Amino acid sequence: MKLKTTHPLLSIFLTAGYPQLNDLPRQLALLEKYGVDFVEVGIPFSDPLADGPVIQESSTIALKNGMQLSLIFQQLKAVNTSVPLVLMGYLNPILQFGMDRFLAEANHVGVKHVVLPDLSIEIYERSYKEIFDHYGVTPCFLVTPKTSDDRIRKAARLSEKGFVYLVSTNATTGSQHLTTLNLQERYREVKSLCGATPVIMGFGIRDKATFEAATVDVDGAIIGSAFIQALGSGKEEEFLAQLKSPK
Amino acid sequence: MNSYLDTDELGFYGDFGGAYIPELLRPNIEELEQAFSYYRNDAQFIDEYKSLLKDYVGRPTPLYFSAKLSATFGAKIYLKREDLCHTGAHKVNNTIGQILLAKRMGKSTIIAETGAGQHGVATATACALSGMECKVFMGEKDIERQAPNVLRMNYLGAEVIPAVSGSKTLKDATNEAIRYWINHPETFYLIGSVVGPHPYPKMVAEFQSIISEEIRQQLLEKEGRRNPDIVIACVGGGSNAAGAFYHFYDVPEVQLIAVEAAGEGVMTGKSAATSALGTPGVIHGSMTLLMQDQDGQITEPHSISAGLDYPGIGPLHAHTISSGRVQAIAVTDNEALEAAHALALTEGIIPALETAHALGALNQLTLNPDDVVVINLSGRGDKDLETIAKFINKTS
Repeated sequence: MKLKTTHPLLSIFLTAGYPQLNDLPRQLALLEKYGVDFVEVGIPFSDPLADGPVIQESSTIALKNGMQLSLIFQQLKAVNTSVPLVLMGYLNPILQFGMDRFLAEANHVGVKHVVLPDLSIEIYERSYKEIFDHYGVTPCFLVTPKTSDDRIRKAARLSEKGFVYLVSTNATTGSQHLTTLNLQERYREVKSLCGATPVIMGFGIRDKATFEAATVDVDGAIIGSAFIQALGSGKEEEFLAQLKSPK
Repeated sequence: MNSYLDTDELGFYGDFGGAYIPELLRPNIEELEQAFSYYRNDAQFIDEYKSLLKDYVGRPTPLYFSAKLSATFGAKIYLKREDLCHTGAHKVNNTIGQILLAKRMGKSTIIAETGAGQHGVATATACALSGMECKVFMGEKDIERQAPNVLRMNYLGAEVIPAVSGSKTLKDATNEAIRYWINHPETFYLIGSVVGPHPYPKMVAEFQSIISEEIRQQLLEKEGRRNPDIVIACVGGGSNAAGAFYHFYDVPEVQLIAVEAAGEGVMTGKSAATSALGTPGVIHGSMTLLMQDQDGQITEPHSISAGLDYPGIGPLHAHTISSGRVQAIAVTDNEALEAAHALALTEGIIPALETAHALGALNQLTLNPDDVVVINLSGRGDKDLETIAKFINKTS
């Protein structure tokens, strides 16, 4: 994937195997039709501790449906889409699958980017960088407004062939010392610290208005829970239509 | 000299440990690590901690020679009476330490997870003592089976928040606590066991190390030597075991036995014997041994004891068990219940069902009459009477 940054990039997150086990190909075709710039395919996990109730629930249902990593790869193999795909998941199912095998399969189905929220930069560099490089897969690291400048630069360097995932906020008030105004200023600083690496914002983006607000300062934004909710109620096409017109 | 207690610069004991956390928690972990590495060497901090352990917790706890167990099993068996700590279990050693740290870090809200409720009570107690707000996450199933402790927490002014996901036990309470922490990073997460991301396992083990520090002194008075032949402790996450083993890890002649909950039997599918059934993986922020299926989904454990009903184990235990330093034994629900009742009838001590697993291990050991054995009696069993009554009704 080479991300074009001529317009604000729209990314959609979905949980593979939700609401039905074999929905992924149909969902990807729909997202392609609406010109989504890239799709994050979530690997369901029993204990998704960084996710809110909506994604948790989708993960539980996907697992009940029988979704597993090998099946995700099977489904992706059969799919013919021009939309770049990113695999996103917690480390444990990937470690059991085997990191080597995971990266080989990812490469085989044309996935060049992964987001692994519980893999830190330090552990990546010590244990996995070599093998990621070998398979030509890029980890896209998360940063937050509170991440130090040095760490943001480092994340941008390691993720330069992909993007940096900016978590919009620590989602709380009071102790943050970041008002909306200087939060926006911080987004711009993050963007500048990342240099040529695109910055994509996630968490709390749910419709056209929040998408447009988010992409004033950075290169794109990811919609997750709101799309999962739409999938749950069978209204995904309506949801996409309010964001973009079909191709 | 290499010690079993050494961690590398990323917080690993050998292959286990580390900090597998979302970036959102990075500042919290770094802040905690800085505060902990500073205050663990701060004389004033240590003084305050030690004086609270003495005057508030009631330490040192006795090392009691059990004539009955000694006669039954043919060895010199001592019980380290952590059940006599204020609040009724060893958990308070750690909560007092962490609350002092939280205070120095300027925190005003404490969150915690709890299984049996002992850590929740110990946290609520420490919060009441230091005027902190306290929220305790507890699995819905545990709220039911450990009702007395829920009452105690509420009475102490803590809010008990039910965890309703997954198996509704300790694992899920921990997930909910971590989730809350991600969304409220200004709070202090007071973890109750030697689990979680670095530096928690190291810190909790250090606060619990007072147990083996005292055993060494007390044994010198009673037996004329500092080192027992065998130390036995139950392991869920493993904080009482870490404390009881702490000063003996690097003394190879002391045999260390960690007792896990076999539930209905290790191979029945209703078990919490993590080291027997687990494989390396990541749970609650650290690489350790955990019970999981072939797809890496974490499986639901079973134990009659809420405190041992956990699919993981602290990374220090994963390291010392895998390397052969610590021997793991599994004891079933029934064996634990029998051992608990035997202690009640012969010594007049009602142990917690967690602790009863350590007692149940005696049946599986071949002991010599000269062996000096220390069992860590980690907690008292008042909280379990309802569970025990149900069991008696079911079987009679």
